[in-house]
Amino acid sequence: MTHEHDPRPEDLKQRVWESIQRDELPPQDDRGRMRLVMNNLVLHLHPSKVAKPTLKFTYTWGLGGLAILLVALLAATGVMLMFVYTPSPETAYQDMLKLQTEVWFGQLVRNVHHWSGNLLLIVAFLHLLRVFFTGGFRTPREFNWMLGVVLLLLVVAANFTGYLLPWDQLAYWAVTVGSSLLSYVPLIGEGLRNFLLGGPEVGAATLTNFYGLHVAIIPLILMGIVSFHIWRVRKDTLSVPHKLDGMVDGTEGTQVEKVTTLPHLVSREMVFALVMTGAILLWSVWVNAPLEAAANPDHSPNPAKAAWYFMGLQELLLHFHPTFAAIIIPALAMGALILLPYQRFDLSAEGVWFRSRKGRQMALVAALNALIAVPLLVVLDEYVFDLAALLPSLPTLISNGVLPLAAILLLLIGFYDGMKRLFKASACETRQSVFVLLVVSFVVLTVIGIVFRGEGMALMLPWEVL
Amino acid sequence: MAAKDLSRRDFLNIAWGAAGALALVEAGGVALSFFSPRIVEGEFGGVIEAGTADSFPVGSVTPFTQGRFYLVRMQDGGFLALYRKCTHLGCAVPWNPAEGRFVCPCHASAFEMDGQVINTPAPRPLDRFAVTIVDGIVKVDTGTPIQRDHSNPNELVYVEMAT
Repeated sequence: MTHEHDPRPEDLKQRVWESIQRDELPPQDDRGRMRLVMNNLVLHLHPSKVAKPTLKFTYTWGLGGLAILLVALLAATGVMLMFVYTPSPETAYQDMLKLQTEVWFGQLVRNVHHWSGNLLLIVAFLHLLRVFFTGGFRTPREFNWMLGVVLLLLVVAANFTGYLLPWDQLAYWAVTVGSSLLSYVPLIGEGLRNFLLGGPEVGAATLTNFYGLHVAIIPLILMGIVSFHIWRVRKDTLSVPHKLDGMVDGTEGTQVEKVTTLPHLVSREMVFALVMTGAILLWSVWVNAPLEAAANPDHSPNPAKAAWYFMGLQELLLHFHPTFAAIIIPALAMGALILLPYQRFDLSAEGVWFRSRKGRQMALVAALNALIAVPLLVVLDEYVFDLAALLPSLPTLISNGVLPLAAILLLLIGFYDGMKRLFKASACETRQSVFVLLVVSFVVLTVIGIVFRGEGMALMLPWEVL
Repeated sequence: MAAKDLSRRDFLNIAWGAAGALALVEAGGVALSFFSPRIVEGEFGGVIEAGTADSFPVGSVTPFTQGRFYLVRMQDGGFLALYRKCTHLGCAVPWNPAEGRFVCPCHASAFEMDGQVINTPAPRPLDRFAVTIVDGIVKVDTGTPIQRDHSNPNELVYVEMAT
């Protein structure tokens, strides 16, 4: 019987290292670089080669990667916060005070968590806009767009459940107002709200429920879907940026050059992640997360505002019957958003910012329309029209819900038709202009809610705000 | 359905599928019951003794913080217990004695002394709790808020006159 000897040298140190890192480090050639990406647990989320034009920063703006970085920061700081916080009405607010005064770097860790959470909402939203305006959701990426919308909703849910945990006045009443929106879901709304809150009002059971959702359920689902989302990007690759004349951006022709992920993509990601981590740390050193007086269920502050990302919704609530503002309009918007990539799409528009030259002009016109029309409608509704008073015989569900929504849908159809004729545009370009109109409207409503609503939620005119 | 057409393989597949679906429903049921709200502890949710009927002057609104309601005594002497939670989005509605009405700080809903809506966006009057007066003592059952579309004089409870 012969013994086969291991051909490798017997040096123990080298054998241990090679058992951990199998590929040569640093890799000597492109084959080595590609193999390193393939065999590395973290790096293999990327393909081994990527199209060079997609590396251009002003195409993706690094938004997807930034969202991942923020999730990582949130996980790290969130786990730290779990060690100094007890979710009960007796202790929660005291723990927040201790966190800010007794725990070393407690305020900083809380600030990073708070600001990263808020920034993640904005970044996820901008990421959605980027993908929409460059046509990145086209076949075969429709389902990944849908997952992206689900992820955005999960980020909202994570923010909302986290909002309650400091147990201050801001938290208590924002969650009271926010969860009451649920009770307008027909038939099951009241039960749904009571289930979520663990009772008829925000209380001890709510804090326990939200804590469990915030630190376990939502992060778990979020991480699972994020992994799937990235894996799909790896499978489907990024859409390639194109210029208006149909040429691939960054080249003279239509050929797409490919480069190895390592170092071209990874080094860019690392630089961006470092810069953003630095920026968030710097911001968190200087700007503290808000903490108001301890929660007092007997006294609603005036004005009691929802969290800033719900202010668009809250502004809608001032104009529509709650069933419409809180349920029907958001449901219609979400349904339309999810089905967007299944609409017909101009082949030449993929990778082109705002579809085409015409698309850009139309987007601008739509944005201007929303910037003028929405404040006008808000002011008209506040001071001039009162449909409920004009039509006292009708239930407010009709006079404040069905009628104004029908009017707005008619206006939208008119806008679609008018834009299509005016610009002799394709359905794809016109649909984009309607999307711009709605997104800008939502942003304007949010700004009105945050800035221009004062005591008793009365409208303040610009010169009264200052 | 013709039982003969069902092959053994199909039957087993359906049986497995059905058993799996049943298990999922059961697990869902367990989770739902596990997470369902526990009984509200403390004073709120039970019957609260507000005090003797004589101690509340006519035309008065008395807040009960623990019970989360206002005991209203109308001009004609009738009692009404109003849940302080705004029917719009759940804020605590304070009584404004100067204006003689409830005004919600959150979205400016306003209610009359009997809970009737003066100012939208509130979709319905303030919810009420059942009031009983036994031996001159006013008791309020805070267990179930009673929703209503309009305030109604029949809802008022009076001290029974000794005959």
